[in-house]
Amino acid sequence: MSDTEERVKKIVVEHLGVEADKVTMDASFIDDLGADSLDIVELVMAFEEEFGVEIPDDAAEKITTVGDAVKYIEEHKG
Amino acid sequence: MKITGMDENALPTGTLMQGKRGLIMGLANDKSLAWGIARALHAQGAELAFSYQGEALAKRVKPLAESLGSDFLLECDVADMDALDTAFETLAARWPKIDFIVHAIGFSDKSELRGKYVDTSLENFLMTMNISAYSLVAVTKRAAPLMTEGGSVLTLTYYGAEKVVPHYNVMGVAKAALETSVKYLANDLGPDNIRVNGISAGPIKTLAASGIGDFRYILKWNELNAPMRRNVTIDDVGGSALYLLSDLASGVTGETHHVDCGYHVVGMKQEDAPDIALS
Repeated sequence: MSDTEERVKKIVVEHLGVEADKVTMDASFIDDLGADSLDIVELVMAFEEEFGVEIPDDAAEKITTVGDAVKYIEEHKG
Repeated sequence: MKITGMDENALPTGTLMQGKRGLIMGLANDKSLAWGIARALHAQGAELAFSYQGEALAKRVKPLAESLGSDFLLECDVADMDALDTAFETLAARWPKIDFIVHAIGFSDKSELRGKYVDTSLENFLMTMNISAYSLVAVTKRAAPLMTEGGSVLTLTYYGAEKVVPHYNVMGVAKAALETSVKYLANDLGPDNIRVNGISAGPIKTLAASGIGDFRYILKWNELNAPMRRNVTIDDVGGSALYLLSDLASGVTGETHHVDCGYHVVGMKQEDAPDIALS
């Protein structure tokens, strides 16, 4: 597991209060992890803070799974 | 849920709000300005009730309220006058007398918090004015009869009410109405020793702010150009709110108090501030 993947999963587990083993790369925040639309905004804010990346609205809308978040962060972090 | 910013030692503790009870309206999460205010009040002995709208916010407010020793939560949609009546009846049933209200509520269609103000639709104009400005009037009307020994009402506003800030658009117009409402409400309720004030906070990255276009640019600009060369925190806002809600501000009403690291006095870019690009 990459460092980014590990940190993303840790944030997701803490924020959504879900079991770590449910947070797989293809888990959908809304369909599999029970997130609501505010959770998505909060998660994006938490990722931005943790990784120092900027995730604009149009990119955030395309992040629906844990893997999408990891991929975006790895491609954009400084 | 992990709650951040809970280092109680960092907050000034004391008895400024001992024996005082009030309602916090509009708390969303631990980034909210209302959270900074609630913590500051709690650290000075205030007893707090919280109102929220809808289940998504209920599940966020509940643990925060509990962490401040409160189990008093009220559901309330401020656009619904019957719901407001019910919420204040429930509040009064448990607390016949209250001392303060924190109104931290605003809403607009985020598609109109970018681009041009001239494109604002009538529907969103009316909704934004209703939820972001009229709600203070509706709340104050219902809170005043419970403030039998005087009281303090505090709302939150932004510099975009006074001057044009890109993308703030219809919310700026609503905040102007809100700030003027503060003055008229202060005048109406002054004889009853009920004070009404607003805090014009500098930009803070909250859930609500995430709806504003190019918000990172606004944050960066303020950080580089405010006299104090930093952005405000929710604890900065909490400290000033504590003053306005406590008896320390017993002679202050009708005021819009800027908690913005001085940004509102600046007329142009600071010489040492670099030009920054939209990212």
